[in-house]
Amino acid sequence: MNRLLKNREILLTVIIALMIAGFSTRAQGFAAPGNLANIFNDTSILIILALGQMTVILTKSIDLSVAANLAFTGMAVAMTNAAYPDLPLALLIVMAIGIGAFLGAINGYLVWALRIPPIVVTLGTLTIYRGMAFVLSGGGWVNAHQMGPTFLNVPRMPVLGLPILSWIAILIVLGAWFVLTRLPFGRAAYASGGNPTAAIYAGIDIGWTKFIAFVVSGALAGLSGYLWVSRYAVAYVDIAAGFELDTVAACVIGGISIAGGIGSVGGAVLGALFLGVIKNALPVIGVSPFAQMAISGIVIVLAVVFNARAERKAGRIILRDRGVKEVSA
Amino acid sequence: MSDVVSSKRVIPDRLGSKTSRLLASWEVLLFGVAVLIFVFNSFASPYFLNAWNLSDATFNFTEKAMIAFAMALLVIAGEIDLSVAAIIALASTAMGAAAQAGIGTPGLVAIGIGTGLLCGAFNGLLVAGLKLPSIVVTIGTMSLFRGISYIVLGDQAYGKYPASFAYFGQGYVAWVFSFEFVLFLVFAAAFGILLHATNFGRQVYVIGNNEFAARFSGIPVERVKFILFLLTGVMAGVASVCLTSRLGSTRPSIAQGWELEVVTMVVLGGVSILGGAGTIAGVVIAAFVMGLVTFGLGLLNVPGIVMSIFVGLLLIITIAIPIIARRIKEMS
Repeated sequence: MNRLLKNREILLTVIIALMIAGFSTRAQGFAAPGNLANIFNDTSILIILALGQMTVILTKSIDLSVAANLAFTGMAVAMTNAAYPDLPLALLIVMAIGIGAFLGAINGYLVWALRIPPIVVTLGTLTIYRGMAFVLSGGGWVNAHQMGPTFLNVPRMPVLGLPILSWIAILIVLGAWFVLTRLPFGRAAYASGGNPTAAIYAGIDIGWTKFIAFVVSGALAGLSGYLWVSRYAVAYVDIAAGFELDTVAACVIGGISIAGGIGSVGGAVLGALFLGVIKNALPVIGVSPFAQMAISGIVIVLAVVFNARAERKAGRIILRDRGVKEVSA
Repeated sequence: MSDVVSSKRVIPDRLGSKTSRLLASWEVLLFGVAVLIFVFNSFASPYFLNAWNLSDATFNFTEKAMIAFAMALLVIAGEIDLSVAAIIALASTAMGAAAQAGIGTPGLVAIGIGTGLLCGAFNGLLVAGLKLPSIVVTIGTMSLFRGISYIVLGDQAYGKYPASFAYFGQGYVAWVFSFEFVLFLVFAAAFGILLHATNFGRQVYVIGNNEFAARFSGIPVERVKFILFLLTGVMAGVASVCLTSRLGSTRPSIAQGWELEVVTMVVLGGVSILGGAGTIAGVVIAAFVMGLVTFGLGLLNVPGIVMSIFVGLLLIITIAIPIIARRIKEMS
């Protein structure tokens, strides 16, 4: 039992299930499969961004520019679609991922080559990217009637009962799991965050690993830019303002250590779903949507407290110093 | 900023002369930048060199700088507080609620600063007491504090403040010198003394440089950090009093995004984000630089969000330049 409680994924699943059960006593049909699918679809973008954020956090970095990257890329794609309605959607998606990856590469390069602390770099680029979204659009909006029907409808199209948006999230979850647990890059990411010194001795290029992590995070933010603009059918400078904190929150709740090296894809996904369930439940159970911010704040603080206790126990002294032994004996 | 990259610690055979070291210091460099911007602005706009315009320009940075002083100490000690802007919102909301209940100006000020103190204590308790990483903790409390403001206010606003309350943000002590500007100078001096001329200040540096060694030297690390969070909370409370008084109204979105500007100011002032180095003089000059840049761009009709591009670039470039310069030096 104790072991089960210590497993973050199982614990979170139980908490989310309890929450859904609790909410459904207040609101009929909250636990209906259709509604749960809706919640998942609604949380898809957060899941995608949280996985990018997780990759970066694993390497002992943080990417605060994801939401600004999303806003810029979303604006760029929406404007391109409005100006050239004939361009195929696939090209626009490639463009979104490309722009996002490029913006991520700027972050990664500054961290890798100049060794500027990631929090400083991404604080700076956060304001720069969002400012660029303003420069690009001149402060204007791209509205639904300016976007093409394919551009708007593809993420909503149902395939096997779920919208394509949900399927994209599922594919990316599987992809992230494969990359982080089965490929050398994943191992390098865990190693360079968990123990940088040992990683260097093992022949891992930490700087390069961080660079790739930022590129991955940027590419996912770019893709999310298209998905966001298409889902909400509008693009303006302030879309997803402050969303970077939600991605960090999802990671922290999911048990990804902010100190790097600890965390699983399942944890990040469940952390995002946890926030998604709360967000969707508040209006249903009659709590003001304005309370959402405070609730996620409390949840983050509690999750950090919980994480710290779990991580402290994880440490194990392999080589015991004799002096210490004598004292403790 | 010389220890952003601490991979190689080179100890030179002979230190340069005092003047050459002073000339090469970050503060002097930054001061040069400030002068350049000042000169550029006065050529770029005919409205720049005007005592009242310049006085108005100080409001761009005085409130943020007051928080930046406390934040500088916190960053030097190796911690950070991203919840300062949210503390401003919560303190402002508390003052607004009190003002609707008919509480007078002294009471409002006490409530504003008291709210800041409580928020700072909460952060301090979590970071110093429970030994949690400050960056995530304060991301959490940032949502929490501002979230409480949203619960209280929703889409409403408080606007009925007593007339005498307006002095803090709109009053002038003498001629063009506003109350806020004088307060800014007083706090600059106070924090300068605290950091550079007291035992407490030395302890802050030691903790930032080597927390382990600090503990072995008998420095009460947790207590110092707790006090620093308290100070930061109080300064956010003071800034909230000034800002609320200046705007005359409170919305939950007040001071949104200020935490980034405060951190930018601190880092631009030459405080190492990794802790252990930095001066208050640097932060003061950085405040002027940021104020002059935003004011000059404002005179040139550049919109606020485009200014933020410049602030972001300023942050990255000022950190990158010394690193690149050292690289080039090492290569040759």
